[in-house]
Amino acid sequence: MSASITVIPGHAERPIAERLVINTVTARRMLTGFIADEIGKTGMKRAVLGLSGGLDSAISAYLSAEALGAENVLAVKMPYKTSAQESTTDADRVIEALGIPSLTVPISGMADALIGQFAEMSPMRQGNIMARLRMTVLYDQSVAFGGLVMGTSNKTELLLGYSTVYGDSGVALQPIGDLYKTQARQLAEALGLPESVRLKAPSADLWAGQTDEGELGFTYADVDQVLYLLVDERYSVAEVIAEGFDAAFVQKVWRRVKMNHFKRTMPNIAKLSRRTIGHDFLYLRDWA
Amino acid sequence: MHLSLGLAQIYPKLGDVQANLDKHLAFIAQAKAAGCELVIFPELSLTGYQVQDLVPEAAIEPVAGNPYYGPLLEASREIDIVFGFIQQDERERFTISSAYLSGGQTLHIHRKIYLPTYGMFDEGRYFDAGETARAFDTRFGRVGLLICEDFWHISPPYLLWTDGADVMIFTSASPSRGLDGSDRLAGSRWVELVNQAYGSLFTSFVIHCNRVGYEDGKNFWGGSSVVGPDGEFLLHGHYFDEALLTSTNDLNELHRTRSRLPLLRDENPHMVLRELGRALGKEGHS
Repeated sequence: MSASITVIPGHAERPIAERLVINTVTARRMLTGFIADEIGKTGMKRAVLGLSGGLDSAISAYLSAEALGAENVLAVKMPYKTSAQESTTDADRVIEALGIPSLTVPISGMADALIGQFAEMSPMRQGNIMARLRMTVLYDQSVAFGGLVMGTSNKTELLLGYSTVYGDSGVALQPIGDLYKTQARQLAEALGLPESVRLKAPSADLWAGQTDEGELGFTYADVDQVLYLLVDERYSVAEVIAEGFDAAFVQKVWRRVKMNHFKRTMPNIAKLSRRTIGHDFLYLRDWA
Repeated sequence: MHLSLGLAQIYPKLGDVQANLDKHLAFIAQAKAAGCELVIFPELSLTGYQVQDLVPEAAIEPVAGNPYYGPLLEASREIDIVFGFIQQDERERFTISSAYLSGGQTLHIHRKIYLPTYGMFDEGRYFDAGETARAFDTRFGRVGLLICEDFWHISPPYLLWTDGADVMIFTSASPSRGLDGSDRLAGSRWVELVNQAYGSLFTSFVIHCNRVGYEDGKNFWGGSSVVGPDGEFLLHGHYFDEALLTSTNDLNELHRTRSRLPLLRDENPHMVLRELGRALGKEGHS
């Protein structure tokens, strides 16, 4: 009897990776609009950005050039003596493709002036020094060129705290800070970034052979799904584990997000008066 | 009867009431030139949205002598105007309000009832909530006016419908959110879905005016629209850019749709009232 009943299954729940797909036309429009608007509100029309040869700074460069006009975006290359040659080559590909003005300010001399004062300095300390020197160079160029310092951080690294506080995080605006790395890759393809930039392994290039995924101990493809569930969809850690992700991995990711929250907020001000900056003196950044 | 509309999908400047007034007057002049009889501005069109501690200095009293309200009243002698502002009462209380001006008079002021205070929203911190949802008569028939979160709740549109509104005017400052693989943002899809639902369920015109621009990284998606009494879009799909969108609507469509589909005739608000009373009484609410 039951054999005559037709059973029609509903749609299966969409795989998590599929839920990270973005409409790149909409993203491009909103982000170029954001850049033009945010810089225009300050009375400026130009931007300065550090171009590493990697994916994220290349995306920021493409969006900035589209938003502001190529002549209004200054790309600054800031190699250290251990930086890979291919990083410079890829940065040059971006500069050439966009036709934006560029400048090279090597940081080896200034970095070594500090690094050399200590006998043993860990790669992390050295990397942080490099990131902060690059910030210093960019803010100097910001005045010289008359443009705001463009951020290049994506949502994945902001959440994981995979950045140097007051280094690469020291910027005036963050156009791609709400795109996970895997979403940034989609945008990069839509923007037509050079293939060598899009397809190489992400790296902070602070020392030879360094890769993000090697250092972090997991892939962006995996961690983006976990972060998407935890942050965007507000899954609990237990619910993410129940989706089939390794428990230790999920816990490690959430611990990193929590541990690095200080990098995403302004330093706390001890409240004494009735009205205190950061507590109850409330105006948008766009106020001025 | 026809209604020639202009939806002024503007980008207000945060906290700069004079600059925004000037923009209103420019859009009003343009709407008049385009033959519009009614021009609608978004929520808080005179102040911008995330006003925070700017509330007291950006607030106005809706009286002819006010230097910002007066010019709009004057402009309404030639074209009906709906606009959004922070309303201040004589005792330092503030509401998010929208006024309908016509013939140099204030026909109606709606005070926003539902103040979203969750996620990215913080309205309850700064504003007092309105307490009424009332329809009012205009030269285009009876109209209802709601602001943003008011129409995310089903009851205010229902109350206005019951009070005789055939044309719903919804204004908003709706931030863009929910980028996914779809052709529209999830937030936009939701608003458009409910607006079509209201048009269909109430066999009424639903006019929505949403702002554009950016405030601290938040984008506002625009997409101002008109839904007819059969639930179909009559104006739709203009996202992100500042513009005056115009649309001429045949209000006789109300009668034709309701002849075919007498949802209003058959609606039983007395049953609703009775059952609401029972449900609330039974649950122990007051």
